[in-house]
Amino acid sequence: MRDPFRSICDDDLERRWIWISLILAFAMGGLLGLYAVASNIHPPSNVETIDSSRLHLTEEFAEDKLGVKQNDDGSLTVTMVAARYGFFPPVIEVPSNTPVKFRIASADVLHGVHVPFTNATAMIVPGYISEINTSFPTAGKYSFLCNEYCGLGHDSMWSRLIVVPESTQGK
Amino acid sequence: MNYSKAASLGLANMWVAFTFFAFAALLGLYQVIERIDLIPALKSPEMYFGSVSTHGVLMGFVLTTFFVAGFGYYTATTSLKQDVWNRPLAWFGFLLSLSGVLMAAVPLLTGNASVLYTFYPPLMAHPAFYIGATLLVVGSWAWCLEMVMMLATWKKANPGETVPLAMYGTTTNAILWFITSLGVTSELLFQLIPWSLGLIDTVDVGLARTLFSWTLHAIVYFWLIPAYIVLYTLVPRAAGGMIFSDHMGRVAFIMLLVFSVPIGFHHLYMDPFHAAGWKFLHMTGTFMVAVPTLLTGFTIIASLEVAGRLRGGKGLFGWIGALPWNNPLVLAAGLALLMLTFGGFGGMINASYAMNTMVHNTQWVTGHFHLIFAGTTVIMYFAAAYYLWPKMTGNALYSTRLALTQLWLWFIGMLVLTLPWHQLGLAGQPRRISSTPYDEELVQSWLPAEFAMIAGGVILFTSALMLVFILLKTHGNSQSVENPEVEYAESLHSTQRMPHLMNSFGFWVALIVVYMVASYGYPILQFFLLDTYGTVPWSI
Ligand code: HEM
Ligand SMILES: [Cu+2]
Ligand SMILES: [Cu+2]
Repeated sequence: MRDPFRSICDDDLERRWIWISLILAFAMGGLLGLYAVASNIHPPSNVETIDSSRLHLTEEFAEDKLGVKQNDDGSLTVTMVAARYGFFPPVIEVPSNTPVKFRIASADVLHGVHVPFTNATAMIVPGYISEINTSFPTAGKYSFLCNEYCGLGHDSMWSRLIVVPESTQGK
Repeated sequence: MNYSKAASLGLANMWVAFTFFAFAALLGLYQVIERIDLIPALKSPEMYFGSVSTHGVLMGFVLTTFFVAGFGYYTATTSLKQDVWNRPLAWFGFLLSLSGVLMAAVPLLTGNASVLYTFYPPLMAHPAFYIGATLLVVGSWAWCLEMVMMLATWKKANPGETVPLAMYGTTTNAILWFITSLGVTSELLFQLIPWSLGLIDTVDVGLARTLFSWTLHAIVYFWLIPAYIVLYTLVPRAAGGMIFSDHMGRVAFIMLLVFSVPIGFHHLYMDPFHAAGWKFLHMTGTFMVAVPTLLTGFTIIASLEVAGRLRGGKGLFGWIGALPWNNPLVLAAGLALLMLTFGGFGGMINASYAMNTMVHNTQWVTGHFHLIFAGTTVIMYFAAAYYLWPKMTGNALYSTRLALTQLWLWFIGMLVLTLPWHQLGLAGQPRRISSTPYDEELVQSWLPAEFAMIAGGVILFTSALMLVFILLKTHGNSQSVENPEVEYAESLHSTQRMPHLMNSFGFWVALIVVYMVASYGYPILQFFLLDTYGTVPWSI
């Protein structure tokens, strides 16, 4: 077959490289894409709006409604609010190896969350609800860091995530 | 043919670029020292975030926009051998941009615009910051128009001829920048400026972030394209050879143009408000945009090999030693390619939709873009300056030896700064922090890398000062330059019969419009379909 790139390039070596580049790009994109779809790993992409100035009046994000809740299927939902300069509630405890869904809303400006050494990461954008779906295979003490500049006190915005071994939870 | 080169436009723009660059490098040095709590007396989040905002704006928007314009005017006149299309307009654009920068500088330096170069509503800055930024961009549109008109004039006078590669790349960049800057300009004009003036009460942060993402990816190619133009059109000749393939250069520029704008969502992977499918679509394009860079790497290395062999280099690697490494252009090209290789590897990880969760907004990201942008791109700006200053001023380069040392220091400093940053990112350190009041154990594990980063900052700042010193000394040098003409590289393969699509832009611009509507159309429209809630302003 005639090489379709012959019209733009008449050097053999170079045409070979065009093919290699294209194959590399498609292989990497394809592999990552396939992996994401096959094991259902997607970035946090919840499309849901909320009025950030009235969180305290909502069913879900009122102060006394925050924290860890167990669902019927054994998975957990953690409802949290990010506000300058802390995460509420400030200490979260979850069992290892259990599906956890975080639902987080901002009460003021842009924040982010990152739990180092895990894939729990999301931006927290006023006006929207962020969701993270994950589970923590290793028990231990983790930091819940704000990873987006939110004002002069940004550095001090962090809290605790404690992952306890599954069996000690009594379930 | 008689024409006048744009030496004063080139010099004015590039002097502005490098002057602000030197000041921003000083801020960079302050930042690496402040952010690890080493000297308690230095501790101040007000200063730190004011400084990071200024450093980001000066390096990202000011150094680049002015360098690109100065470089563009000079390459356009010298490669086409033709006058600037409209000189008063070119100067007007320059002054408009400069006044924008000075206007934005006041709130930046007084701590009234510490919202970072990414603007980040609902944090609100003084309106002068947003208006100044808009003037900077609008001023740069004058340059875009000049480049497009110069090409059109040339084509009319030379029907059927092949546009010189340097001008093909420059025009690509002008078109790319105009399309790219529409995102951030809309954010400024329709959201941030009216909001900061109190004309509207709230902004939709989701929409603002989406519009900013439109600009945020392709802007990096606006910064990078001049570096590629230098690599394709000046380096091969300086090395004593030819461009391996002029055609590949054009293919690379066209691919950058088409693929770089509609992929901005890779900056929003971690954001809510866009469904995963859209992010996936943008990821696909992100991998495609790696192709032109792979092609460029090949062509440049092949061109260098041609030069090495012409100079008598033998064997599989012998040609490398035969290259004139004492030429600043050649040395910078080698160092730039090395940094591009490291940086490209990190970029693949950032781009991957799932792995991004591990590094998003960590110091890894700062490490990544300092390596590719402050490293690969800016080192080519330096080399271009060393090559063009003598041509523009008529005076010989003050000292080639000093210039080579400066380039080496920049390379070493960049590695010492950015490799530890990658490590810090993997160890969980967030970017954009002015202190580390975190978990004791975590903070202890960060220390060695943080000391390395300070060493890197010191080396880089020294190198930045050397650059300005050499350019000043060259400007005032009493010895004249031997050859005042810019010598563009010839192509190894004939460029006589250039396919029409690789010598024009109409089709590609139409293609981008279609691609943009497909990848940004609904995601922007959705903010008008959903029940969204705007956000009131917050001070820092
Ligand atoms: C003397 C050399 C330099 C040093 C020591 C330095 C250091 C730094 C530091 C410490 C930060 C802030 C990191 C953070 O808190 O997240 C930063 C941010 C940044 N730097 Fe540099 N830098 C240097 C040169 C450059 C150059 C040459 C460029 C590009 C041309 C550049 C572009 C940026 C940008 C765009 C940011 C992001 C600001 C932000 O996060 O909002 N820097 N730099
Ligand atoms: Cu925060
Ligand atoms: Cu990008």
